Amino acid sequence: MLITYREAIRQALRELLKDPTVFLMGEDIGAYGGAFAVTKGFLEEYGPARVIDTPISESGLVSAAIGAGMAGAHPVVEVMTINFTLLAFDALVNHAAKIHGMSGGRVDVPLILRTVTGSGNQLGAQHSQNIEGHYAMVPGLKVLAPATPADAKGLLLSALYEPNPVFIAEHFALYNTKGEVEEGRTFVPINKANVLRAGADVTLIAYSRMAIVCLHAAELLAQDGIAAEVLDMRTLRPLDLETIFTSIAKTHYAVMVEETGKGTSIGGSLIAEVQEQIFDALHGPIRWVAGLPVPVPYNKTLERETIPSAESIARAARELVNA
Amino acid sequence: MDRELSLRAYHQMALIRLFEDKAGEQYGRGKIGGFLHLYIGEEACAVGAIAALRHEDYVITHYRDHGHALAKGCSARAVMAELYGKRTGVSKGLGGSMHLFCPENRLMGGYAIVGGHIPIGTGLALGIRHLGQDLVCVVFFGDGAVNEGEFHEALNMASVWKLPVVFFCENNLYAMGTAITRTSAVTEVYRRAEAYAMPGQRVDGMDVEAVYRATREAVARARGGSGPTLLEAMTYRFKGHSMADAVTYRSRDEEAGWRPRDPLPLFRERLLADGRATEEELAAIEQAVKAEVEDAVRFAEASPEPTMEDVLTSVYAPCRACSE
Repeated sequence: MLITYREAIRQALRELLKDPTVFLMGEDIGAYGGAFAVTKGFLEEYGPARVIDTPISESGLVSAAIGAGMAGAHPVVEVMTINFTLLAFDALVNHAAKIHGMSGGRVDVPLILRTVTGSGNQLGAQHSQNIEGHYAMVPGLKVLAPATPADAKGLLLSALYEPNPVFIAEHFALYNTKGEVEEGRTFVPINKANVLRAGADVTLIAYSRMAIVCLHAAELLAQDGIAAEVLDMRTLRPLDLETIFTSIAKTHYAVMVEETGKGTSIGGSLIAEVQEQIFDALHGPIRWVAGLPVPVPYNKTLERETIPSAESIARAARELVNA
Repeated sequence: MDRELSLRAYHQMALIRLFEDKAGEQYGRGKIGGFLHLYIGEEACAVGAIAALRHEDYVITHYRDHGHALAKGCSARAVMAELYGKRTGVSKGLGGSMHLFCPENRLMGGYAIVGGHIPIGTGLALGIRHLGQDLVCVVFFGDGAVNEGEFHEALNMASVWKLPVVFFCENNLYAMGTAITRTSAVTEVYRRAEAYAMPGQRVDGMDVEAVYRATREAVARARGGSGPTLLEAMTYRFKGHSMADAVTYRSRDEEAGWRPRDPLPLFRERLLADGRATEEELAAIEQAVKAEVEDAVRFAEASPEPTMEDVLTSVYAPCRACSE
């Protein structure tokens, strides 16, 4: 069926709620229906014990979810935007990510955290960050960033079977995009990148909304006779290097694409892995097309210029392949 | 406390005192690394509060956690082995002194980010509520932690949701080396409970029975669905903050003033005075504790080191029912 990214997440949440240990918690997810309307109607349907409106206490509510998970529940937390997760950085990095390891593997932290990433909506510097990459640098966390409705549903469902903290960055600009999604319990494995479009000439590597923008770039490149392969990373931690290496071994050229400012996510790490492990497969340097590393400006024109576009991605790929 | 409970409490307090003396000694000999924070002087807090719990009830605590672990039933062997960084330690030698975990005794860890674990304690109680269990959680923290935002968030949420949790502040008057009078606008921590519409009570943290009574009431409220309580136990850390602390920030006179309030001799004298125990019984406990600590050291010395494989396999829990 053809449904939106938002509806796909709603379907996954309904499946999760069939497990009695699961409950949802977050700011304004109940009576208000969720800042992005993902949980609209859930409070009425599932009741206040399963859909918990919390105080505006990001550190406290994420920590509470950690504790509830340690006690044997499986909380699904919504943090209204990824910018606010910084108030829970201690909870996630010092606690959620460390408890299993520093207990010698004796205590699990099953926890799903959903939050909303992205820039490009003129929301100003404090509401326009893509900082999922910060979390992707933390051993102990699993970090997902779905680009399609099918992945948004399938990854969230797979997270239910993870006895680890799973951080899912949903992109606000994708909520209304549509795609084919199977009904029922459909799973997408955590730790597998996906070839969104096959091509032999250059590999475009991205995640979340930028994977979709790369599909547009691939269309532009096709007009020039360049067949681009678009790789959607889907999971930022752990990285599926195998799929990425396989693609680059075929195309010999790669462009790393990120919405966030250059150097503020994991693109640099991925590039380093490629050059260290499959340097001989490369016929040219890896191009790195990322946003500008600035506090994102409010002005509409300037904000747009801080973010990669299909045109800027295609330009980099063209220069690389034609060099 | 009845006779049986009193003797058990005395045993635990004596065990913690001797265990900590021995740990300090072994630290000096280079057998224990990292930071070591001793609980000497504060034994009545952990022992009195945990005596009011059932085995299945949860405890979560701060980095000065040896006392809580021993009182919650973790073996002296496994705690000492953890300090030694051995694979037989409670956290397989990967946690260390500040991160003791005994999930089988429902000790859900010691934490070294001041205040960060307080809302996790609220969360344990949220989990209890969600799973419909007849359990409570006690969260231990120091007076320094009450100035962290997490303290505020944790108490507010627990009260709004009437969760079965007891917030237990061990007020030893110093946040590391800074006196509470220099850091807190309200130095009576229990009064902060009013801001969260929960009962707050100050107790003598050097009197194990006073701690027990207050915690028992708070636990009964929590278990009965009446929500959380903030307890403030007035206590004193006889040693420095850690082994590196030269204790320059408080006077020798002040320390001498607390000595007569040492919880161990106070409880010992009371047990003898009211006939709950004989001199022989207490002496036997002291002998047994000595043997227990010596045995713990021998066990730790003889235990194997953890391996790098233990480290690498403990980053993530294995997926037990994965979809793939």
